[in-house]
Amino acid sequence: MNRMHRRTFLQGLGAAVAVGAVGAPSLALGAAKKVVIVGGGTGGATAAQYLRRYDPSIEVTLIEPNKEYYTCYFSNLVIGGLRSLDSIRHTYDGLAKRGVKVVHDTVTAIDGTAKQVVTASGQKFAYDRCIVSPGIELVYTGVEGYSQEAEKAIPHAWKAGEQTAILAKQLQEMPDGGQVVMVAPPNPYRCPPGPYERASLIANYLKQHKPKSKLIVLDPKEKFSKQGLFTAAWKNHYSGIIERLGPDMAGTKFTVDVKTKTVKCDAGEFKADVLNIIPPQRAGKIAQVASLTDEKGWCPVNQHTFESKLVPGVHVIGDAAIAGQMPKSGYAANSQAKVCAMAVALLLNGKEPLKPAYTNTCYSFIASDQAVSVAGIYELKEGAIVEIAGGLTPADAPEAILRREAEYAESWYKNIITDMFG
Amino acid sequence: MKQFKPFVFGAAAALALALTPQADAVEVDDAQVMANTCAGCHGPDGSSRGPAAPTIAGMSPEIFIDAMKDYREGKRPGTIMPRIAKGYTDEQIKLMAEYFAKQPFMRFAQPHDAQLAAKGAKLHERYCEKCHEEGGKASAEAGVLAGQWLPYLHYQLEDYLADKRAYREKNMQKRLSELIEKEGQEGLKAVLHFYASQK
Repeated sequence: MNRMHRRTFLQGLGAAVAVGAVGAPSLALGAAKKVVIVGGGTGGATAAQYLRRYDPSIEVTLIEPNKEYYTCYFSNLVIGGLRSLDSIRHTYDGLAKRGVKVVHDTVTAIDGTAKQVVTASGQKFAYDRCIVSPGIELVYTGVEGYSQEAEKAIPHAWKAGEQTAILAKQLQEMPDGGQVVMVAPPNPYRCPPGPYERASLIANYLKQHKPKSKLIVLDPKEKFSKQGLFTAAWKNHYSGIIERLGPDMAGTKFTVDVKTKTVKCDAGEFKADVLNIIPPQRAGKIAQVASLTDEKGWCPVNQHTFESKLVPGVHVIGDAAIAGQMPKSGYAANSQAKVCAMAVALLLNGKEPLKPAYTNTCYSFIASDQAVSVAGIYELKEGAIVEIAGGLTPADAPEAILRREAEYAESWYKNIITDMFG
Repeated sequence: MKQFKPFVFGAAAALALALTPQADAVEVDDAQVMANTCAGCHGPDGSSRGPAAPTIAGMSPEIFIDAMKDYREGKRPGTIMPRIAKGYTDEQIKLMAEYFAKQPFMRFAQPHDAQLAAKGAKLHERYCEKCHEEGGKASAEAGVLAGQWLPYLHYQLEDYLADKRAYREKNMQKRLSELIEKEGQEGLKAVLHFYASQK
């Protein structure tokens, strides 16, 4: 190589470096590709796990305020006295062992232009791509009179942990003959069958321990998830214990008096010994703050890559995302996280994302040892996630099958936890 | 200038390396994308952590394909799998079958009766080993039984014996009825505990 050639070569290289620096700074500098994950729930933990798996050269930072994670799924079993709170508690040690940098802090801003995440303690994390899995925010004002301050006396228990323990304890301390009242949320919300599994397991507890007690469910929705299966189970197991009042009776507007634990609605006044209010919901707070939400409070995304339609370079998965026909369930968040991790890993390597595959499998307990399920297999069609197969436990399934489903539900829990945190 | 030559070359090489996309770093294909959707129920890479959902890692591709198609076409009873299998094409099933066949069958400790398991070891040898070779660990010709979750094995036998699940091999039906005839339900239970005891 003569002198002139060398100079031309180096100049060319310099230009290439400069161009590269605009598109992907960390690549040009030979540094690791950086992904920052905001939120360490089902979606965030799974995304971290699978990014490390698909491309171990990616530097993955997971930012989550809590050092321990309590799963919302199976928390109804804790409320019903069938499981310990400790059995749904998980740590981030497994993820750290997989090489995920776990930071316990609260993200206060996501700057899509500077490609940087800022935390409450003032730390800044640069990213090449950011994955946000913020879960839900409760809209306390959706039930008049209810507030965050009231949640210790009147738990929602829609975020697991302390709230789960409060509701379980109140049920345990309630005298026999007491009245439990639940206010169910309007659509869309986290875990569509959740309120009805909870109703089943509260009734199961009352039947066994406080048989003179009653549960009233006030519901602003005419229809709900697994309705036929739950209704049949209530008739079979909890006749005279559960009474559900839909919008035809109760209306859609609920007012609570926190001091007397009384709910007012079209059907009248209901004084509760234990009151459980599950308020309306929207995407987790950081999604609102980072302008990732639409006017209804949820996050529009490209349903292939889960990249936000509002902030490029930021992906949103799980309950907060608008994901076509997929429900807001733990398994859906787990499945979306894998699709998103695949897309992010490939995009960071300058490649096209592969064809996605999405699944949902969700079990609901209807009694101590019986469960029902819903499954969904989804495909991307013209940019939208659509269900191509799946369905519910058949209405005529014998109890032997419902007991098998309960065993499989236990397996589901162990396996999905290992998949996320293992 | 001459003395800087190695440096210039070294720097250029380093820069060139830095510019090359790390093509080998990313490893994901269609089979993984499909197969990883199963992990929530069957465990990462198909090895279930129990206590009931079966491990599907290390299955022979033929048996995996037959199982999925039988579920899909309503020929095999199940709880959730008949609903799930309807979502997959023959090609997709084949991709997943090939992926799981390559994964190791991880065995985890599970509750079992050691005395029954010892008795079951002998009965396995007499009645089952001919097809379920290597103490039920072999996968080439038959389903892997060693280390499979006990409730799942129990459910499958219930379905076979209630004529709900068709036998893949006629011989199995024969051997199974011989086992029950000579050793009773206790003998059958012993064989299952032998599989559950395998690590």
